[in-house]
Amino acid sequence: MASLARRNLFHDKVRLVVTLTGIVFALVLIVVQFGLFLGFTTTTSNNIDHSGADLWVVAHGVTYFDTGRPVSERKYFQVLATPGVAQADKYVQGFAVWKRHDGREENIQVIGFNAETRVGAPWNVVAGRIEDVKQDDAVIIDELYKQKLGVQGIGERVEIGGHRARVVGFSRGIRSFTTSPFVYTSFKNALNYPNRSLRADQTIYILVKAEPGVSPAVLKSRIASRVRDVDVYTTAEFSHMTQFYWMFTTGAGMAVLIAAVMGLIVGVVVVAQTIYAATMDHLREYGTLKAMGASNAYLYRVIIEQAVISAVAGYIFAMVISMFIVRLSSTGGAAILLPWPMVLGMFGVALVMCVAAAMVSINKLTQLDPAMVFKG
Amino acid sequence: MKPAIRVRGLTKTFGEMSAAVPALRGVDLDVHAGEVMLLMGPSGSGKTTLLSIMGCILKPSGGSVAVHGREITSLGEQELPGVRLQNIGFVFQGFNLFPALTAGENVELALELKGKSGREARRGARALLEQVSLAEKYGSYPADLSGGQKQRVAIARALAGEPGIILADEPTAALDFRSGRVVLELLRELAHQCGRAVVVVTHDSRILEFADRTVFIEDGLIVDNPAGEHPGVEGRGHAAAGPAQTADPAGLLGFTPLEAQFS
Repeated sequence: MASLARRNLFHDKVRLVVTLTGIVFALVLIVVQFGLFLGFTTTTSNNIDHSGADLWVVAHGVTYFDTGRPVSERKYFQVLATPGVAQADKYVQGFAVWKRHDGREENIQVIGFNAETRVGAPWNVVAGRIEDVKQDDAVIIDELYKQKLGVQGIGERVEIGGHRARVVGFSRGIRSFTTSPFVYTSFKNALNYPNRSLRADQTIYILVKAEPGVSPAVLKSRIASRVRDVDVYTTAEFSHMTQFYWMFTTGAGMAVLIAAVMGLIVGVVVVAQTIYAATMDHLREYGTLKAMGASNAYLYRVIIEQAVISAVAGYIFAMVISMFIVRLSSTGGAAILLPWPMVLGMFGVALVMCVAAAMVSINKLTQLDPAMVFKG
Repeated sequence: MKPAIRVRGLTKTFGEMSAAVPALRGVDLDVHAGEVMLLMGPSGSGKTTLLSIMGCILKPSGGSVAVHGREITSLGEQELPGVRLQNIGFVFQGFNLFPALTAGENVELALELKGKSGREARRGARALLEQVSLAEKYGSYPADLSGGQKQRVAIARALAGEPGIILADEPTAALDFRSGRVVLELLRELAHQCGRAVVVVTHDSRILEFADRTVFIEDGLIVDNPAGEHPGVEGRGHAAAGPAQTADPAGLLGFTPLEAQFS
């Protein structure tokens, strides 16, 4: 005979649909909220994570990516001369004003990188070539912001900070956490664009690659002891600092985090209520089983099996829907990430939520008066 | 011979202190193998409470209950399900069949609870359904059965594991008269031919004729047959009496043979 749990679940199709809808809704809600949180978090540090550098040398006191301050070229050469440094590149980050064809202005973040070494270059360039930014006034923007920046295609001319600029390529999926899209260009071009323009002998960041066999941690201490008035971070450290700043010290990040936690709570409540109601529907049957002599352990097994089947079925549907939503979000302004650890983790979440909800109804079951079965 | 169920000085009180409501106030009762005993009384008289205690699913406040000679009032909550499994089959007023399982699977489930599994449970379920003349309904769901058929499936389920005692709570209340008679005939056959002790709680005085013995309960006490209320059964109300004659030993009341009724 098929298990009572399975038969109970699949016998009442309407109840099954209601149960699964509740679980699927809850799981998709959690995936979307946490996916958004993950998406925003990684967006804040995308440029650092994709830079290809081992170390970031920043002006003393800079704690996150978006507020770099000028560092003199002298320090750049001191870094370059440090034993164990294989390569050091100047890197500019600065806010600027983009003027569209129609005269409207948009705030942007200019990123200037070494087009020769490509350290700190945009990734996932789908139109044009990275080396095209070596040309005067050449910039690469992301496809996502074509409309915002009023650009239709390659070759279009615009104005950045009162200087000419020409779009030579497009990347795909490089979002900005702020409302200011990233605009990539060569270090040389980037000196002129930011609101606070730089002198030719200045840089914002120095991106360092260690020689093979040299540990970034060791090199970090070495640079810190030789170069004054700068802070040195490994890429991972600077990435975490930037993520922490945006996600935990600003209202924007906290709003996303609170939404994610609320999503989890609402999801848990929906699942708990759904599983609880499903169990209560069969309370009389469980009372009958108990009167017939079934042990509590047997009843627990039936209820937990019912919860596990619901969790597995709900999880499968929820993941299919979530992956569809994630796919849709890849072309939108807000990225929803669903990495494989999260896919697997959600299975655990689904199981724990369903079984925990079942445990609540089990508590009800232990108080069940088997004499209820005699009441008409 | 020891009675199948022996009840002495049984009391049960619900609630505490000033809210205490006595449901049973010192009941003595013997139920013997091979007899059908009707337990009658008005609503709230304590019938179902007594049945629940005899069925080991409710603990008494005082007194003793022995099932096949084993004192059960001192047993813990963990031990009582085992006593129920081994000794007692229940038949409920509302049938209490599992709607998601077929008739056969309902009986299989009871057999599985009693340690039978797989093919053995299927074979046993088929045999029990044959015993209640419903073998052809093995694969039918309860929703597709008539009230009488559902109750017969419930009886087959109660017989799983061959318990010595069948406790039936208003087994005919949800049935029409003809279906009710079929069910009671079946219960009587189980007592007389298979030697089981059958206790039937009922309000329905029309089924008195099926009983070997009728016990009346009022306000938590066993009483003699209330004068003139049930002519023809007076004198059978002595609770601790042994098995009486069948109400219709020669078929004078016009019952047709079981096989003919079930076919």
